[in-house]
Amino acid sequence: MKVLIKSGRVIDPANSIDEKLDILILDGKIAELAPNLDAGDTEVINAAGLLVTPGLIDMHVHLRDPGLEYKEDIITGTRAAAAGGVTSVACMPNTSPVNDNLAITQYIINKAKEQGSANVYPIGCITKGLKGEILSEMGTLKEGGCVAFSDDGLPVKDGEMMRRALEYASTFDAPIISHAEDLSLVAGGCMNEGPVSTELGLKGIPWVAEDATTARDIMLAELTGAKLHIAHVSTKGSVELVRQAKGRGVRLTCEAAPHHFILTDEAVRGYNTNAKMNPPLRSAADVAAVRAGLSNGTIDAIATDHAPHHYDEKNVEFAIAMNGVVGLETLLPLTLRLVGEKILSLSQAIALITCRPAGILGIDRGTLSVGAVADITLINPNKEWLVEPDKLLSKSKNTAFAGQLMRGCAMKTLLAGKEVYSKS
Amino acid sequence: MTFNPKHILGIKELTAEELIFILDTAESFKEINSREIKKVPTLRGKTIINLFFEASTRTRTSFEIAGKRLSADTVNIAAAASSVVKGETLEDTAKNIAAMHPDIIVMRHGASGACNYLAERLNCSVVNAGDGTHEHPSQALLDAFTIRQHKGRIDGLTVAIVGDITHSRVVRSNIYCLVKLGAKVRIAGPRTMLPPGLELLGCELCSNIEDAVRDADCVMMLRIQRERQGATLIPSVREYARFFGLNEERLKLAKPDAIVLHPGPMNRGVEISSAVADGPQNVILDQVENGVAVRMALLYLVAGGEKLQAD
Repeated sequence: MKVLIKSGRVIDPANSIDEKLDILILDGKIAELAPNLDAGDTEVINAAGLLVTPGLIDMHVHLRDPGLEYKEDIITGTRAAAAGGVTSVACMPNTSPVNDNLAITQYIINKAKEQGSANVYPIGCITKGLKGEILSEMGTLKEGGCVAFSDDGLPVKDGEMMRRALEYASTFDAPIISHAEDLSLVAGGCMNEGPVSTELGLKGIPWVAEDATTARDIMLAELTGAKLHIAHVSTKGSVELVRQAKGRGVRLTCEAAPHHFILTDEAVRGYNTNAKMNPPLRSAADVAAVRAGLSNGTIDAIATDHAPHHYDEKNVEFAIAMNGVVGLETLLPLTLRLVGEKILSLSQAIALITCRPAGILGIDRGTLSVGAVADITLINPNKEWLVEPDKLLSKSKNTAFAGQLMRGCAMKTLLAGKEVYSKS
Repeated sequence: MTFNPKHILGIKELTAEELIFILDTAESFKEINSREIKKVPTLRGKTIINLFFEASTRTRTSFEIAGKRLSADTVNIAAAASSVVKGETLEDTAKNIAAMHPDIIVMRHGASGACNYLAERLNCSVVNAGDGTHEHPSQALLDAFTIRQHKGRIDGLTVAIVGDITHSRVVRSNIYCLVKLGAKVRIAGPRTMLPPGLELLGCELCSNIEDAVRDADCVMMLRIQRERQGATLIPSVREYARFFGLNEERLKLAKPDAIVLHPGPMNRGVEISSAVADGPQNVILDQVENGVAVRMALLYLVAGGEKLQAD
């Protein structure tokens, strides 16, 4: 099977490519990149006026499958991914039951292969049952297809446990993804602590709840030499801690979520439960720091922390609403917004959602090198569209951007050369 | 002016003019409360439901009496445990009540924003009788009413508020109200009970009770919830009383004619000594008395105000 993508502006940061090229796909792999390839009898996709990039990668997604299918499942979650131009997702293990054993890992991988519209890379639990007490069988899980380990949603409270987890994971060269949060400092808070929480009378979560654990985990990575990835960095202090640690040569990466570089805690006003997530939306100074961190390379990836929740779980008093927002379908335009605002170059932006997360997870995706699997996204960077929750493909509609105008969208998404999404 | 708000959710949304209008309206209702026949037909045929998810004696009784003296039919629901324990959501509870066509729901709820939540989802009027640590508008209005009664004005006065500021809905509403009406508001409490950014609401933070009370016209003491002692906020009520309690000696720092307010219920010997609570400067029972008139005014205005007579 042959497909030719013609006349697009090809952006492949891994190979420093940004030029008008044609791409020939043969049997699901990239066979050739060159200007003006001859179409012959191949099927042609006209990409004139579009960006052609590696399929996007979102390394922080909750697919909720198995067990929480009323929020999302592997089929709907990967459909939402494809619609957002995302061809690979790494899914967090806090399903029901949790992904701390081979059976669940294989269930996820098989269901995704058979019925999914994107590649799904499971992330296994650091500790059995996410309880923070006993290490999960990371070796077995890695063999079974897990690409990293995390107790996301819950921090590993015990310092000794986190140290051993980093050491043990490094035996198998797997990164540990830290949800950095000191729950004793969160102390029941439900939004960022600051003037807005004071005004709304909602219990605040201080920045130190994130930074204290970020600092601990960085030092543990320094001690152990293991690979640490910090999830959803949201504070000025954490960005700074990561920057300093990288300067000392600590093996460390981190990610930021679009809501943390677009929105501040002002979005909570009106007790908007779709502005409730963990870590919470922070202050304008934090947003500026996250943006600067993306711009200067301190932050290695943009990941959505796509966290679908049912309407009923959000349609309640703010303090008891679930944490999290969906993000797969708004990842691309919100990332491109930073290009529009001259914070990132286009190639930097694409790298943050393709080759850089691929490098962190050690997966052979995120580039358009000849021989690579043809996961490709065709992007119209200028197309404007309105976020209408009901039209999202995700099973849950808890977006923080309802009613907002987006600029940029996936026009076509190819998974191993096969179309999994096409904008109508 | 005329002012007929659909809801009363907080003081923050109201202008100084509207606040004064409410106080003036309350003034005209105050007299009814000392008549022999304490009832006017103003809200005849209207149904008011007092939906209380938290225990309350003063506020609930005050709203109930206010409704009854205006001839409304009032129903009290102590929702604290019943339907919530059965797993019913706030929206469902409220919609079931709304289906019986009340004109006004007066609600107290433990979650900040719960009244806003209700107002967005129901057709009837919602009056906030205290939501979480957000607002308690009728309390701030009765405080302002009482201050005006004793001082003849609010503009230009200095009001000290002392206590657990973080967990007080009374404080937030009072700061908005008093600042809008031209008073200078000073806040004091242990650092564990002062939330960040409070000064952005227009008040002044003091590091001790003495600085707050010095030359003040009004001193408002907040209840210290005893269950907070021994936790992370204060070590003991004994120590609290020593450093932040209002006693006769500290009260001497205020202006000689200063008045002392307390939203109740009081912890005698903790935030306020009995000598002060019962002393000549206290106006605490005036606050309670005025609460009825203020709540009558709120119910009247929310129900339609002058338009009621026109109908």
